[in-house]
Amino acid sequence: MKHKVATTVNGHKHEHEVEPRLLLVHYLRDVVGLTGTHIGCDTSQCGSCTILVDGKAVKSCTMFAVQAEGRQLTTIEGMAKDGELHPLQQAFWDEHGLQCGYCTPGFIMAAAYLLDQNPNPTEDEIRKGLEGNLCRCTGYVNIVKSVQSAAKAMDGAKAKTSERSAAVGRS
Amino acid sequence: MIPAAFEYARASSVEEAAKLLNKYGEDAKVLAGGHSLIPLMRLRLAQPKALVDINGIKGLDHIKAEGSKLHIGALTRHVTIQNSAVVKDKLPILAEVAGEIGDNQVRNMGTIGGVVAHADAAGDYPTIALMLDADIVTNQRTIAAKDFFKDLFTTPLAADEIVIEVVFPVANGPHKYIKFRRRLFDWAIVGAAAQKMNGGWRIGLTNVGPTPVRATAVEEALHKGAKPEEAAQHASDGLNPSGDLRASPEYKKHLARVLTKRAIEQAK
Amino acid sequence: MAVTTMVGAKIHRREDPKLITGHGSYVDDMQLIGMVHMAVVRSAQAHAKIVSVDLTAASKAPGVVAVYTARDFKKVISGGLPVTESLIADKKQTPNQFPIAESEAVYFGEPIAVVLAESRYQAADCAELVQVEYESLPVLVDFEKALEKGSPTAHTGAPDNVAWDVNFNGGDLEAAFKESEVTVKERIIQQRVFPISMEPRAVLANYVPFGNQLTVWTSSQVPHFIRLFLCIGLGMPESQIRVVAPDVGGGFGSKLRPYPEEYLAAAASKLSGRPVKWIEGRTENLQATSHGRGHIFDIEVGAKRDGTLLALKITMLSDLGAYIGVFGALQSSLAMLLSPGCYKWKAVHGRAIGVLTNKMSTDPYRGAGRPEAAHLVERAVDLVAQELKLDPADVRAKNFAEDFPFTSILGMVYDSGEYQKSLDKAKEIVGYKALRQKQADLRKQGKYLGIGLSTYVEICGVGPSAATAHVSGSLALVESSVVRVHPTGSVTVAVGTHSHGQGHATTFAQIAADALGLPYANIEIREGDTGDTPFGYGSYGSRSLPVGGVSINRSCQKVVDKAKKIAAHMLEAADEDVVFDQGQFYVKGSPDKRKAMGEVAFAAYGPGLPEGMEQGLEAVTYFDPPNFTWPFGAHICVVEVDPETGEVDIQKYVAVDDCGNIINPMIVDGQIHGGVAQGIGQALFEEAVHDPETGALRTGTLLDYSIPGIGEIPNLQLDRTITPSPTNELGVKGVGEAGTIAASAAVINAIVDALSPFGIKHVDMPASPDRLWKQIKQAREHSNGGKEARK
Repeated sequence: MKHKVATTVNGHKHEHEVEPRLLLVHYLRDVVGLTGTHIGCDTSQCGSCTILVDGKAVKSCTMFAVQAEGRQLTTIEGMAKDGELHPLQQAFWDEHGLQCGYCTPGFIMAAAYLLDQNPNPTEDEIRKGLEGNLCRCTGYVNIVKSVQSAAKAMDGAKAKTSERSAAVGRS
Repeated sequence: MIPAAFEYARASSVEEAAKLLNKYGEDAKVLAGGHSLIPLMRLRLAQPKALVDINGIKGLDHIKAEGSKLHIGALTRHVTIQNSAVVKDKLPILAEVAGEIGDNQVRNMGTIGGVVAHADAAGDYPTIALMLDADIVTNQRTIAAKDFFKDLFTTPLAADEIVIEVVFPVANGPHKYIKFRRRLFDWAIVGAAAQKMNGGWRIGLTNVGPTPVRATAVEEALHKGAKPEEAAQHASDGLNPSGDLRASPEYKKHLARVLTKRAIEQAK
Repeated sequence: MAVTTMVGAKIHRREDPKLITGHGSYVDDMQLIGMVHMAVVRSAQAHAKIVSVDLTAASKAPGVVAVYTARDFKKVISGGLPVTESLIADKKQTPNQFPIAESEAVYFGEPIAVVLAESRYQAADCAELVQVEYESLPVLVDFEKALEKGSPTAHTGAPDNVAWDVNFNGGDLEAAFKESEVTVKERIIQQRVFPISMEPRAVLANYVPFGNQLTVWTSSQVPHFIRLFLCIGLGMPESQIRVVAPDVGGGFGSKLRPYPEEYLAAAASKLSGRPVKWIEGRTENLQATSHGRGHIFDIEVGAKRDGTLLALKITMLSDLGAYIGVFGALQSSLAMLLSPGCYKWKAVHGRAIGVLTNKMSTDPYRGAGRPEAAHLVERAVDLVAQELKLDPADVRAKNFAEDFPFTSILGMVYDSGEYQKSLDKAKEIVGYKALRQKQADLRKQGKYLGIGLSTYVEICGVGPSAATAHVSGSLALVESSVVRVHPTGSVTVAVGTHSHGQGHATTFAQIAADALGLPYANIEIREGDTGDTPFGYGSYGSRSLPVGGVSINRSCQKVVDKAKKIAAHMLEAADEDVVFDQGQFYVKGSPDKRKAMGEVAFAAYGPGLPEGMEQGLEAVTYFDPPNFTWPFGAHICVVEVDPETGEVDIQKYVAVDDCGNIINPMIVDGQIHGGVAQGIGQALFEEAVHDPETGALRTGTLLDYSIPGIGEIPNLQLDRTITPSPTNELGVKGVGEAGTIAASAAVINAIVDALSPFGIKHVDMPASPDRLWKQIKQAREHSNGGKEARK
């Protein structure tokens, strides 16, 4: 039996009828059509599927779409605003924080949540804050640099991600 | 990878949840944080016929100190416990433990009720609950922690019984939880908890058996004045841990002793 | 005039904007109308007769479109997966792998049936309904036991489990051992590992019904090879097949070969008349994508008391799996050929035995034999140093090759190198002398610091056609490129490599910009689509830059040569009087008389060209490098080992690498970071574990198989030396694998160094806390003289 699910994704409303077992990540990719969120494992380790649900970082492979009823979702496609990159995106670009790019959306979303909770993290706090995301290409060195660079750029800006997700207009 | 199909219902109250669980019977499962259940379902190791989603039930996510007790609602997420000023004040070891579970994403979804009801030997809260004589309050009764963790993944919960809250004693003396693992987000290979309270020590161990262990022999030795290293030798008394990919039984017993010693020494 | 070059510039990558905003196109991001989803039913046993496959329930499943077994595929596919000679022509047996099993399954996860359904979820359900009846057969997991007389065989009816048994000999071993004053023996395990690219494999195949045209999108490092092998397997001309590797989420060697699922998806599309998409789940990926490493080395080293290395004897067993990997012998051969390392030896003799077992195939994984070689020889040097109580840095200094080109004792010609310089630099950066003092001080406090060196040389830039014909089934592993300048001066460069994270779109454009004197922003690099690139040889073996990049440079040179003639004609000067500098053609001595490359480009498409010259401004090159290239370097790892728990804390990691001239230093550093992380992963964390009885994968998910996370890889300190390669005009060598080649030895050498006070002489990988604790415990119990402790 299908269930109705109504969500807001990157500021746009969506309503669909879905099977209860449809994973949120598949809902976003196959139904809503946002393929920036990726699947890298079966057991909730890799974090490539990380999105924000009401501003909180969540692994979208470990949630059913029906659980997102009424929630505000932010995916990687919702981070740039009016053609301008989010400071985290800019930082990953500047610091060579990605190579194949597959884990990158998940890292950016997890980092967005981290900086939202802790705008000036130490290196240790960055590592602890991103422990839920795996990368095989970069050895993490430049990912840490990217987050440090973004934190500096965002310092004082206090752009809370939850406010951003409501304002952002891309779907 | 893809879970098997199931029926889905949202409960807006505990009574409704119980009714729904009754309706679907043994083949139904409660969906709270889902971070133990959904991975099993994706591998089809669990194939419940129905999920009763309790996330919408109000009034199950409280953190309340009442006298010498700390009441934590079953739906309280790990991140909330980790950051709660009340928990940090009344039972700081619990906040410490919450912050060590999984990663940020897991902590945003996982619940204390879920971890306790799942009764995984590698779960961290059950160790604290057992060690401190916590009470698990359900919609039907109150069960003491020592009667709750019966075996691996096995509790006395009936099919329509839901954990409502976990009640801990207040304890804000010296404490330490050491969770030994390979990677930051891994489950504990072995964990050791030490809490000074009421003039004595409580010592608990994670993942050294099918259920959490309260190391009473260590507690007694400390009570008799033994130094931490000496007392900690008793941490492996009566333990018969199983070996797995991460650790052999001897190593787990050894870690139990070493980590217990360190937890006592580092408790503050 | 100020000289500006793109080559050498640290510029950020042009690939990134779409990737950081979620607009990459990986295979699973694509959909075709009418597409069906494919799920593979895989063997639940490592070795069994397939008694029956019951499709009844599956054929009635909701959304099912078709259910196929080997019988159906045999109508469309003939032959089996390719296996190259890979320098070991003398193969005793090469079992043939048809893409799907029919009567016998020989590894856990081998395909047995394929289902097609309308949705991803329905395909998963349908696959569950296929009933397979097995009759268990003996399972071979232990590859030493597999060599015992009378051992059951991995394949029923095979004579034994030996795929090859070959020698690589150089020098007089007997004499060298005779001259030796000390000998040390050791067994070194190279455990099986999984490559784990973050994107598992994925295929989307579209056979146009009645159209005899096939398009396959596949997450691959080698699109042209895939086209070639699908052509052979499906009996379709290459001209009718287009293979596209779009954005690929990592490869590390696990995507450099054709796989059963590529054949099966293409065939299923032909059989069903629908486009077919197959997306590998991670659990599947661990079963069905090639594994890495998997060897046992027994070594014996002979040396003089003053530390001079003389003799090295190696016996190497390689755990191949049930089917030799497509490049399967390559890592075994390279492990042998590079085993002399950076050093002068009197003799090195190696015996390589390839063993068939009931497991998934091993194939190249980042480094492909060179990490094994570096690990082996760097451990050998440290064993000698420890035996002689000499500083391992001094033993290396005594034995480094110094005159280049250097011919190793096994006949490999290293093009250039300055091994001592790298080591000295690394020692300076890490503060070697002070660290040795600190180590001594800490030992008095019962703390165990270890310093591990790894000085490596490696062979890459695969490769000269004469040498690589064996590796590639008689395909010369050259590299193709087409450089086409459009009338309005922008450029399309098509090259036969395929980036899967290495940043070719950026670095190759940097090369072309300098060569052509045209703006970097106007140069587009096209890779990965057989429809618009000449026959390409893919990306692996750190070849993209030294072979592909140089190919591009040469095509650019040809373009400049033609452009110069056109410019001379436009300037009414003789060809020899025209100079090309930074995008401008001008007459010698008259710099005011000039034409920009852009102007010449437009003219190239117009009338009035020199007599006999055709229009157009493009060139094609197939570059056959005269030699491999030989990057080298020195890594130093500093660890502290907690003897109470066996935990290893990496306190410092310094890498000084020489990959010749640098195109983009940021990208080079990134490659080393990632490579080192994988080396650390193998040294400390990773191991593919099979159940010894059933052969099932016990490390079946990322929960059980521990690739390192962000908390486990420390900050890495990088530096470099630059010794241009004499092999090509860009002086470049390649760097994709160097980090992995060096790292595992640096880490293990550090751990052994830390634990040497306990009498421990060797530690195997992964050096998990449990394993180290056991070794320390045993060593303490045998505290008189420190008897060697094994696991």
